Amino acid sequence: MCLAIPGKVAQIVEKDGIRTGRVQFGGVTRQACLDFVPEAQEGDYVMVHVGFAISVVDREEAERTYALLESMGVLADELSPDPAPPAES
Amino acid sequence: MKYLDEYRDARIARALGAEIRRRSTRPWVLMEICGGQTHTLMRYGIDELLGDSVQLVHGPGCPVCVTPLETIDRAIALARRPDVTLVSYGDMLRVPGSETDLFHVKAEGGDVRIVYSPSDAVQLARSQPGRKVVFFAIGFETTAPAHAMAVLHAERLGLKNFSLLVSHVLVPPAIRTLLSSPNNRVQGFIAPGHVCTVVGYRDYEDLVREFRVPIVVGGFEPLDLLEAIRMLVMQLEEGRAEVENQYVRSVQYEGNRPAQEAIARVFEVADRKWRGIGPIPVSGLRLKDKYAAFDAECIFELATVCAEEPAECISAEVLLGHKKPTDCTAFGTRCTPDKPLGAPMVSSEGACAAYYQYRRHLVSIASRG
Repeated sequence: MCLAIPGKVAQIVEKDGIRTGRVQFGGVTRQACLDFVPEAQEGDYVMVHVGFAISVVDREEAERTYALLESMGVLADELSPDPAPPAES
Repeated sequence: MKYLDEYRDARIARALGAEIRRRSTRPWVLMEICGGQTHTLMRYGIDELLGDSVQLVHGPGCPVCVTPLETIDRAIALARRPDVTLVSYGDMLRVPGSETDLFHVKAEGGDVRIVYSPSDAVQLARSQPGRKVVFFAIGFETTAPAHAMAVLHAERLGLKNFSLLVSHVLVPPAIRTLLSSPNNRVQGFIAPGHVCTVVGYRDYEDLVREFRVPIVVGGFEPLDLLEAIRMLVMQLEEGRAEVENQYVRSVQYEGNRPAQEAIARVFEVADRKWRGIGPIPVSGLRLKDKYAAFDAECIFELATVCAEEPAECISAEVLLGHKKPTDCTAFGTRCTPDKPLGAPMVSSEGACAAYYQYRRHLVSIASRG
């Protein structure tokens, strides 16, 4: 729940007065608010939590962390809005 | 160490583990606060790597787990209203309230939506002006700035149909409660890295001064956690009690100022009840009166029903680090992730759920009869 996922800021746009980035997480692209990281530029890597970037990190760290989270199978939980059906009880 | 073998830095991890074992002159009891860290420790068998040199106990840092039963019941009551769209993070849907959960309310026709970000809930309110959109805002300090920004955004857009059902908790008051317990046995803490990315670690200095307990801000990867454990063991062996930062690549002393400013504009500190633990003074956040128009508790008449946890559940002792999940007689039998009895089993990040997922082979259910 408190995991932040590293992603690459592919493009920055102004949307409803909010500085928004199209952030790439591997093959998935999500919008993320960049208001908390005013220093972030296109091409930078940011840690994103529930659609908000909370820190800027270097590329090597970001890629390593991403690969690890992917191997742990937690990315689907953090990035997908679709819940799995409940287990039959 | 079959778990660690899957990890490409296994060699470094083993070396760190050996260093920790060599440095430890007695079995120090250390607690990680965050459920994400619990998950990593279990996933990679780090506790097994450390043997008897360190005993790891698991803290109350899963916001899904500690959201009170009464608050889940309120979310369910809201979701059943025909005029309300209840919006939530996916992991809240299967958390049982006192009678049912949000997933079943959705299956019965309740308008329950899952989103990845609170921003999506704001957009939903904007696109559906005829619906009252309530976002179920749970979490620790990491999530609070996002929820604050959602309120500020809704205000700027002039939305009258957007509100939050807030259940926000804070980490330092929980640590204070743990340390104040006469039964406390935790000698060092790994503070949660992403919480500290937002709020920094100034608040942890007060705890260190008051309780003379070492605290190390740690990340979420196996090497992060092993390094944080090593730093804690070094402090304990040398008789030091300081706040140190292992997770320097994301955490700065002051934290993220713009995020903190957003929290301070919208929220104020309040007493909160924690599922499995009970009420903790000034341990959470609520919306300021100025934002009452965005507070579902003010907008809707929500009954306050006091719900009791099953007597067999020892979640309070697990969340406070007094007992391990496997000490519970219901663990893995009458209490499983599919049918959880209490807080630490309800979310995958809860300590009991993590034990169930990764350690089940160690529990002889048959031997319990």
